[in-house]
Amino acid sequence: MQLREYQRIKEQVWFDTLPNGLSIYVVPKKGFFKSTAVFATKYGGSDRRFKLGGKWHDTPAGVAHFLEHKMFDKKDLNVMQQFSSYGASPNAFTSSGMTAYHFECTENFEENLKILLKFVTEPYFTEESVAKEQGIIAQEIRMIEDNPQFVVYRNLMQALYSENPIRDSVAGTVESIAEITAQTLYYCHEAFYHPSNMVLCVAGDVDPERIRDITKEILPEEKKETAERDYGKNESPLPHENRKEVKMEIGIPIFMAGAKLGSRLAGIERQRQELIGDFAMSLFMGKSSPLYARLYSEGLINNTFYGGTSFFPDGAVAVFGGESRDPDAVFSAVTAEAEKFAAESPDRAFFERLKKAALGEEIRGLNSMYGICTRQLPGHFEGFDPFKSIEILDDITIEDAISFIEDNLKPEKLAVSVVRPSK
Amino acid sequence: MDTVFGKEIMPQVFLTTVRTDKFKTGSISINLCLQLSRKDAAKNALLPQVLLRGCGRYPDMQSLSAALDELYGARVEPLVRKKGEVHCIGLFSDFVDDALVSEGEMLLERVTELLGQLLLFPATKAGLFNSDYVKSERENLANRIRARINDKQQYAVSRLKELMCAGEPYSVDTLGEKPEDALKITPISLTKHYREILETARVEVFYCGSAEPGRVEIAVKNALEALPRAESEFIQPYTDVKMTTGEVRYFTESLDVTQGKLTVGFRLGEIMKKPGLASLLVFNALYGGSVTSKLFLNVRERLSLCYYASSQIERHKAILIVSSGIEIEKYDQALAEILRQLELIKQGDVSEDELSNARKTIMTDLRSVMDNQFMLENFYLSQAIDSLAYSPDVLAELIRGVSKEDVLTVADSIRLDSVYFLKNAEGGR
Repeated sequence: MQLREYQRIKEQVWFDTLPNGLSIYVVPKKGFFKSTAVFATKYGGSDRRFKLGGKWHDTPAGVAHFLEHKMFDKKDLNVMQQFSSYGASPNAFTSSGMTAYHFECTENFEENLKILLKFVTEPYFTEESVAKEQGIIAQEIRMIEDNPQFVVYRNLMQALYSENPIRDSVAGTVESIAEITAQTLYYCHEAFYHPSNMVLCVAGDVDPERIRDITKEILPEEKKETAERDYGKNESPLPHENRKEVKMEIGIPIFMAGAKLGSRLAGIERQRQELIGDFAMSLFMGKSSPLYARLYSEGLINNTFYGGTSFFPDGAVAVFGGESRDPDAVFSAVTAEAEKFAAESPDRAFFERLKKAALGEEIRGLNSMYGICTRQLPGHFEGFDPFKSIEILDDITIEDAISFIEDNLKPEKLAVSVVRPSK
Repeated sequence: MDTVFGKEIMPQVFLTTVRTDKFKTGSISINLCLQLSRKDAAKNALLPQVLLRGCGRYPDMQSLSAALDELYGARVEPLVRKKGEVHCIGLFSDFVDDALVSEGEMLLERVTELLGQLLLFPATKAGLFNSDYVKSERENLANRIRARINDKQQYAVSRLKELMCAGEPYSVDTLGEKPEDALKITPISLTKHYREILETARVEVFYCGSAEPGRVEIAVKNALEALPRAESEFIQPYTDVKMTTGEVRYFTESLDVTQGKLTVGFRLGEIMKKPGLASLLVFNALYGGSVTSKLFLNVRERLSLCYYASSQIERHKAILIVSSGIEIEKYDQALAEILRQLELIKQGDVSEDELSNARKTIMTDLRSVMDNQFMLENFYLSQAIDSLAYSPDVLAELIRGVSKEDVLTVADSIRLDSVYFLKNAEGGR
């Protein structure tokens, strides 16, 4: 395995790619009791249309998430109990761009790793068990739809995009998941759950070589082609709709506004784009910005206010939002301030201080085993090295930040989503 | 990990230090431990928020944020927690460990000093809290009280606690009861309250990081030098544990929800005369506190009666709460099954596997606590409140020794107290 050392943050990463195409990242962490392994596939809620065996397939919304649930079901064993008998707590998540399975344990790491690799790569679905899961997931979908944070985000994505699958919930709808059959699941598993479309990330007090050996022993040897995906036509830089507003039973209004980033970059450029974006947003509207202080003292925002970027397949947005008694007033204040941002350039000392703060934030993320693993995932799938963020951050200039705000927070580019109390 | 537990460094100021090199940050918290009451809850909850608006040296948010940015993005967060009927309020900070910044930065001392400034030298006008800050933070607090309804799962649990423990201080929410409780606080009433508790409260300070205990002690003493300490009248907060139950009470409320929330409250009962924390934790993991628990495997997985069903124990107040999300029509079935699973444990239907899974889950949880500075802080605060002087790894050893009998004894002592159901307006029943 290849060793990469990062002096600034005092971390090491062992890296390898197996002949079957699987990439492995191991971050040794001495002194921690807990080890974490995350086994992920580049297949998420947005991967609905893909080409397999020379033919295009369209799948209903929610398959990736449904598949995640069903992977835990096996013919004659209970995966949860298997993990638990080795003291591990397993879990999984599905986002728009990936599905990840993980566990944490404080002992029997190797046994747990074997269980993880096996259960994720060996599908077992029946019509009965799919029907039963439809009931469980329908409940989960209802619960998500009761969550105002989810609603405000989904509505913003529906306002911004006309076709990109980010418009739909990763979990799908009660109707869309009703279309799923055992056959659909086998299909999608075959298309996306093979080593060359997957990555294994481990952090903890572990032996990197052993991890590679176990992985080789358990996973299939052959390398397969990865399915081509289609996320719909190129979107206009402008929003599809300017505004969405709904009512729910909540205490005070919440809102989220955002704009599509001009071009969604890839690889190291994407990493840079995200770092600049997040940095620019905190320079412009973060906790220590004049704008934040003013809106806060006027009682227009509270400490739920945030601003940042969000990346997903074939798209990326700059967003801001939170709770507010008057979302429209916040929105107008932000756009007015954005127009003046370049002219009244933020001062140098503030910029340098924020750099220090951003450095602290990067370092803080290295305390969590799970955090270390999950930050490797987008890096791996999109071809950048998340542990190099600090160096990239060093090179960001005040001009980078100013043009990010100028280019993206223009009134005509922004859409806003509001959830108001029903009474 | 070397732990020095609860050293009294000033009158009624206790310092716990955990020394370790494994984290990239250091963390420190200062907690005032107060008696939870209807009268003071909102004031207590408001205080850390007002303190974080500024101090004499950094009189507004912008200058305070600038100071924190300069300290490599040190974070200072308000702490408002309830441990049984003890209301713990204060400030928590984590900051980059000295090993990762240029030499001589002494971040521990600078951050601790800043916490002392925020706590003891608030931004005032004519001796009172800045009225703009009080006004805007009480509005925020009122909004947060209103926003409790947003998370229906959590809301159903709070409502159950409120109704089940009506008349006991525990029924009072961490933030205070009603928005009006927050809105009626004035700069005068808050300042008076602040002066009072600063003098009479027991203070718990926690540090975790690479610095030696001696260095931490000096930093904390310097930072808290101006803390006024009462001559003798310190207030020792406590929790009144009610062990008995009357007739089971059923509550139903309606809100606009698509999924029903069923929460069930129990008292741990006579077992609390001689509580064994380890047995309580294993019982809970076995009943509903883990993914191999009876509730998870039966109510959720086998019978698909709900999307989630889990149990939690409030050790300080000695209550057990089951929280579940169900289809509204399935209320009777789900409730019956939740109670039946407890009955099964009482009857001894506990396999060796279930027991060992439960023990393992808790031991893993405890080791995870040792890998996370905030969880560690929270653990030691709970220990301090219960006057228990042992670390998570010692507790993990105790867990190893919990037998089936111990678990049955816990189960046997538990009594159903109240059932709360949140449904939609049209839903039958």
